[in-house]
Amino acid sequence: MIGFALRRLAQGLGVMLAVALIAFTLFRFVGDPVHQMTGIETSAADKAALRTELGLDDPVVVQFGRFVVRAATFDFGTSYQFRQPVADLFAKRLPATLELAFTSALLALALGIPMGIYTALRPQTWLARLILSLSLAGISLPTFFIGMLLIFVFAVSLQWLPSFGRGEVVALGSWWTTGFLTSSGLKALVLPAVTLALYQMTLVTRLIRAEMLEVIRADYIRFAQARGLPDRLVHFRHALKNTLVPVVTITGLQLGSIIAFATITETVFQWPGMGLLFLQAVQNADIPIMAAYLMLTALIFVTINMIVDLLYALIDPRLRVPA
Amino acid sequence: MVSAPARAETLKYAYQGPLNQLDPYSLNETFTLATLSNVYEGLVRRNERLEIEPALAERWELISPTHWRFHLRKGVKFHNGNDFTADDVVFSAERVRAKGSDLATRLGPTVRVEAVDAHTVDFLLDAPNPILHSEWETWLIMDREWTEANNAVAVTSASDTVANHAALAANGTGPFRIVSHEPGVRTVFEPHSGWWDVALHNLTRVEFTPVASDATRVAALLSGELDMIFPVPVQDVKRVEETDGTRALIGPELRTIYIGMDQRRAELGHASVKGKNPFRDVRVRKAVYQAIDIEAIRSKIMRGMSTPAALLISPYLFSRAGEFERWPHDPAAARALLAEAGYPEGFELVMDCSNDRYVNDEAICQAVAQMLTKVGIRTRVNAEPKAKYFGRVLASGGFDTSFFMLGWTPGSFDSWNVLANLATCRDDAGKGGAFNVGGYCNETVDALATQILSENDKATRDELIAKAFRILHEDVAYIPLHQQGLAWGVTDRLSVAQRADDQFLFRFVTKN
Repeated sequence: MIGFALRRLAQGLGVMLAVALIAFTLFRFVGDPVHQMTGIETSAADKAALRTELGLDDPVVVQFGRFVVRAATFDFGTSYQFRQPVADLFAKRLPATLELAFTSALLALALGIPMGIYTALRPQTWLARLILSLSLAGISLPTFFIGMLLIFVFAVSLQWLPSFGRGEVVALGSWWTTGFLTSSGLKALVLPAVTLALYQMTLVTRLIRAEMLEVIRADYIRFAQARGLPDRLVHFRHALKNTLVPVVTITGLQLGSIIAFATITETVFQWPGMGLLFLQAVQNADIPIMAAYLMLTALIFVTINMIVDLLYALIDPRLRVPA
Repeated sequence: MVSAPARAETLKYAYQGPLNQLDPYSLNETFTLATLSNVYEGLVRRNERLEIEPALAERWELISPTHWRFHLRKGVKFHNGNDFTADDVVFSAERVRAKGSDLATRLGPTVRVEAVDAHTVDFLLDAPNPILHSEWETWLIMDREWTEANNAVAVTSASDTVANHAALAANGTGPFRIVSHEPGVRTVFEPHSGWWDVALHNLTRVEFTPVASDATRVAALLSGELDMIFPVPVQDVKRVEETDGTRALIGPELRTIYIGMDQRRAELGHASVKGKNPFRDVRVRKAVYQAIDIEAIRSKIMRGMSTPAALLISPYLFSRAGEFERWPHDPAAARALLAEAGYPEGFELVMDCSNDRYVNDEAICQAVAQMLTKVGIRTRVNAEPKAKYFGRVLASGGFDTSFFMLGWTPGSFDSWNVLANLATCRDDAGKGGAFNVGGYCNETVDALATQILSENDKATRDELIAKAFRILHEDVAYIPLHQQGLAWGVTDRLSVAQRADDQFLFRFVTKN
């Protein structure tokens, strides 16, 4: 088991290195950061000096080596545009992204699971059909469109909810800020959370429905029903339990993608999280931020995958045999 | 007459980009400098009509053509309570020209700055310069004591690993002080009670948020969450106008959008013509000019929000601009000129263009390409994000373009800046007219530019400028297109002065 874990860890490190290399190579094509850092009248000589100072003139291998060594110690350098350490910037933006991601995940599960169960057990009712057609819309409409639609209805027309930002935030400890404790913070959370949750909710609903339909056709359910057990017990004790295993796996992985890819939602709602920081960085060719973001994203996915793999290995000893 | 505000008035506004950092010498960019101008002040400032007026300097005089004396305002306090003195001006003059400063052009390297007494500063020049102080509104004066105490004497460079205090906090003499600053998220301002001037605004708090998404920015204005947004995207101007409670402020911007042609290389790098450079022939340049239907661009692409230009400078900035007219749009004449120049079949050409820098930049390039194709110059547009585009077409990329579109606003609001940067000869490394991407070179224009720089008499100077512009026009050195429109969106509760340089200053705002 320990050997298996170590092999997995080594593979994870390999993936991280590969991501680092790809990130590093890609960023050489996004444009010249020196132009974004200086004004139009800066002389060519000053620009060249700055380029040398930033190490942009060094051979690629040297730059990459420097990048990897620093990244291993969470030192991603100084942001070109903000002139602040990238690690600090991410630390400040992390709470916003995590609060949004967890609220969305919670929303997706709290609504998606009951809807999935309902559409599986009562597939012929009008409500089930409505849920299914709406979920189809949820999965096919692009996120920014849903966001703009919600802004138009709830912010511009009805004026119930704010269209952008995080509202008033309260500081907890030295670096965590939360919007959960103020009314404006909670209000500001609604639209982006719903926008981000919609796709995940649709996924959960459809997943639960499909699994549930499969399970209730199984023999042990039929036997249970034949023995005259009450429907409630059959559906929720026996059927739902067996449905949840794949759902938990998928949800875990989806949480990773919510955290990592909330970029579009954050941009539409000007939500001050990591995704917004990343997009601003792309526009300004702020390579340190882009590199850090990509590495962080890769780290989240590699970690989640590793945990999932290890859990499977714990459950099923056959998987411990090297592939 | 000091009137206290009747009630607490908070101004909430958004711009499309973030206020990255607070060091007034780090980035030479309009938005950053304009925002910081609410906090810091220069020796001079400009009013709503962009005229120079006294600020930290009460008055100034020319002791000789190369010797300027500035008499500083007395009793001015920085936000931390420190007194403003001549020492701060000398210090700021050193810092603005120090390594890492992006505003070194505000004060030539050879200008000597000397404190005569606590409230008098002398500027000693090598040669006369009538526009010495014209860029000083954005040369913001810092407090020596505060800057030194906070280890912020060196301008933060991007390679520094520790953030410079001046990038995160501010201490100016201006009408507002910064209460909090989260880069990219929110900056909060409050009035500076000890400001030397009479506050004509009635604001008690200002909140700035960057909102990058156009649609979200407009929605926030329409829903009443924001009092002011800029810019309003061209396609949303009508909506802002038609919504109750909001209106759009439209005006011409100072920036001139123009097309340039490579006239330096012996052979064009991105065209089908081999062995020669058609743009070296004035007839070809004029053909391109006359093929462009500027009215169509104004009405179809800019939706009326542009002012066609005959000069490389806004008519607001040059008294004799009225004497100039565009070459008329005439496709037939363009074809004839091409045939005369030896290109009856035309040629193929690549046009380089940014797609995120100017209003509708890519759309304008596409339209120009179609118009040129119609007269025989089959043009393909290569549009790139500004981060990539500027890196390629400017000096650092070796001016790698044959045909391009750019925009220019003279930082000094003066024609000399335009001539020196865009129209004087340069070498391949960019020495000379550093932003003369097309490499146009004419000794008469160079000589005129030198004369203009040191001519103190306004009428003579304007005559020289007109002469230079006349040559550029006859030579078709560039093809000026238009000044794009400024569009701000405000609630009806707000009254604000819209400056043509797109500077949004709180001291011109009242809210009721």
